[in-house]
Amino acid sequence: MHASLLSLTDIRKSFGGVRALERANLELTRGTVTALIGENGAGKSTLVKILSGIHQPDGGEIRFDGNTVRIADPQAARALGIGVVHQECLAFDNLSVAENLFVNCQPSRRGFVNWPAMRAQATAVLRDLDADFDANAPAGSLSIAQKHVMQIARALAHESRVLIFDEPTASLSQRECAELFRIVHKLRDAGCALLFISHKFEEIFALADRYAVFRDGVSVGAGSVADVTGDELIRLMVGRPVDQLFPKVETTVGDELLRVDHLSRAGEFEDISFSLRRGEIVGLYGLVGAGRTELAQVLFGVQPADSGAVTSTADIALVPEDRQTQGSILPFSVAANIALPNLSTLAPRGWCRPNDEAQLARQWIERLAIKASGPEQPVHNLSGGNQQKVVIAKWLARRPGVLILDEPTKGIDVGAKAAVHAVTSEFARDGGAVLMISSDLPEILGMSDRVLVMRRGRLRGEFTRAEATSEVLLRAASDA
Amino acid sequence: MSSSRRDLAFAALTLALFLAVTFAFPGFAAPRNLAGLLDDTAILIMLALGQMLVILVRGIDLSIAANLALCGMIAAVFDRAWPGAGVVPALVITLVSGALLGAFNGLLVWKLRLPPIVVTLGTMSIYRGAIYLLSKGAWVNENEMSRGFVSFPRLEFLGLSLLSWLAIVVAAVFMVALRRSRTARDLYAAGGNPEAANYSGIDAGRMQFIAYTICGAIAGVCGYLWVARFAVAYTDIALGFELSVIAACLIGGVAIAGGVGSAVGVVLGCLFIGIIRSSLPLVGISAFWQMFINGVVILVAVFLSARQREYKRAILEVRA
Repeated sequence: MHASLLSLTDIRKSFGGVRALERANLELTRGTVTALIGENGAGKSTLVKILSGIHQPDGGEIRFDGNTVRIADPQAARALGIGVVHQECLAFDNLSVAENLFVNCQPSRRGFVNWPAMRAQATAVLRDLDADFDANAPAGSLSIAQKHVMQIARALAHESRVLIFDEPTASLSQRECAELFRIVHKLRDAGCALLFISHKFEEIFALADRYAVFRDGVSVGAGSVADVTGDELIRLMVGRPVDQLFPKVETTVGDELLRVDHLSRAGEFEDISFSLRRGEIVGLYGLVGAGRTELAQVLFGVQPADSGAVTSTADIALVPEDRQTQGSILPFSVAANIALPNLSTLAPRGWCRPNDEAQLARQWIERLAIKASGPEQPVHNLSGGNQQKVVIAKWLARRPGVLILDEPTKGIDVGAKAAVHAVTSEFARDGGAVLMISSDLPEILGMSDRVLVMRRGRLRGEFTRAEATSEVLLRAASDA
Repeated sequence: MSSSRRDLAFAALTLALFLAVTFAFPGFAAPRNLAGLLDDTAILIMLALGQMLVILVRGIDLSIAANLALCGMIAAVFDRAWPGAGVVPALVITLVSGALLGAFNGLLVWKLRLPPIVVTLGTMSIYRGAIYLLSKGAWVNENEMSRGFVSFPRLEFLGLSLLSWLAIVVAAVFMVALRRSRTARDLYAAGGNPEAANYSGIDAGRMQFIAYTICGAIAGVCGYLWVARFAVAYTDIALGFELSVIAACLIGGVAIAGGVGSAVGVVLGCLFIGIIRSSLPLVGISAFWQMFINGVVILVAVFLSARQREYKRAILEVRA
């Protein structure tokens, strides 16, 4: 049995009146990967912020190597040897990789930054990780995956013994994930204690030795990954069994609503042809960077195509991947967001009628079970899943014929995910056509009538629901 | 483009401009004329270096010229009251009062989290108003100033004025410190990505405070130098000069979004403006064209650096 390196006992933290953590417990041991699981709002991010010295807990005890400690600020966390790999890739794009590794603690001589020593140390750490980029490269030139490696290097440069990965694979391709997992295993074998936060069960089962589940800021379970199933973890996370995930309803496929012929856009995608029919959900699978989002933007008309044709007999709506910047106007209320694409019907003469807007918003809040205090609540106060519901509502309210969803459930919790799937199925049942872009294989397999696979800007295959399996889709999507 | 390569390219452009003017007017390159050019540009160089620190940390200091004018008036009033006190007290007083005025800006930005452009627009008016209160609207003329007070920036040393030497020293200190001091590297980090800086244990707000204070201190000393050089102090000195200072920063490659800029670039930006300003009268072109050209140069510089960032991510396979 390994000795516990970092243990948290009964950690409490509130912001204003809102309780983020209540009786949170966590145990990290050397040479072990622990997965931290929980729905959005379960308190995972707050815990990470406490461990990295950004927030102070209101109560509870943190023990490091047997001693009670206080992590007063990020420097204290670094001094203890706690390193964090953040989801959003907190990097200084204007600075070199070497500077990024040693920001705020540069090797120095007589008060001056010792550049040669800094570059040499950075190069050594990068070599340990088999990184494919140079210490002198500007961080802004790195890919997201490389920035993750850079953050890991930053932690190692400070001789971290505890590494926290906050949803590191959210925007990585399959191959980049494999590379990350290789590094994680290497660090584990070197005796680091690792905490891995993830929404993806495949990852948890592939990577973690132990798990800890949070629900509403409370630890509700922990144990060995070998002794647990995915269903049990879901039950712990949501406190009830969730069986309505992928509530695909059988529909009759009708006439063609959208036809795409030999569509191309330079540097993004080439020679794409397919069609969408009434009542159909077509999954569009591919790795990050395959050109799926770019295709969706051309179909919706945000970007022009270079050649080819899109023929549609119905309105097209797009729910974009990034709900915060492209999907919604965050400071606007729920009502104003839903009204935005519907102003031609709500305000035919150019004058807005707040009552009608609120009325429309109330309908959709009820229909999609959006957790908002009312039509007037600003969207930036909602959780990610509820923001996504607002974005979907604003387009469904237009009654489009074709709905394009770009990563509709990325980063949202299980409950909201089920709601999004339910409304998508309903839309198809009522005679709409859906193009669902997703990197989430279970979602693609569970929801689609047909699956299109894109790789490097081209369509690499089309599969019926019966033909589509994880292996088949993955093979088509990756460089074979 | 890395900032050193950009500086090199811009240095070549400035040199080309200089050679073109020299070619048309050989007298332009005479040592006497060049010394005059540096003397004319010295205050702009020092102010622009201070302003650069503020812009680096995502701020802006619109009050820099008002700060200069207020500290200049403080120095003039002090000299009138104690004519025999000499230059050192005047320097210390302007340094401290300028730093305090800058720190006030910095505190509002740091602690109250007010937008820098609003804070300094406000303090710009406050500082100008304070000059009026201090001087009751009256001028302090050369005949009311002591000889030492007025002559200090014009003292000559190896063919250059003391004012020029001060600018050279300040520029040299900036060049070394921005590259090699840890505080300066923290400034770059805080301006480049405040959130990431916070996670690294750098208080981005505190870095803004430091930048404003240094900028203010420089503006204060420049206030004394300005008043002594032109031998007059009144409410409206250096009115609108903050815009020239910001223009020099932008021409010199400081990114208005923060995190990018070099001392070499800023000095070159100032010299570029200085060359245009002193050569246009030779060509017989009005001062209006100087503003026009500065404006075009700013837009071209910003356009070029914006184009630089816009790169295309190629998704398609590269076919042989």
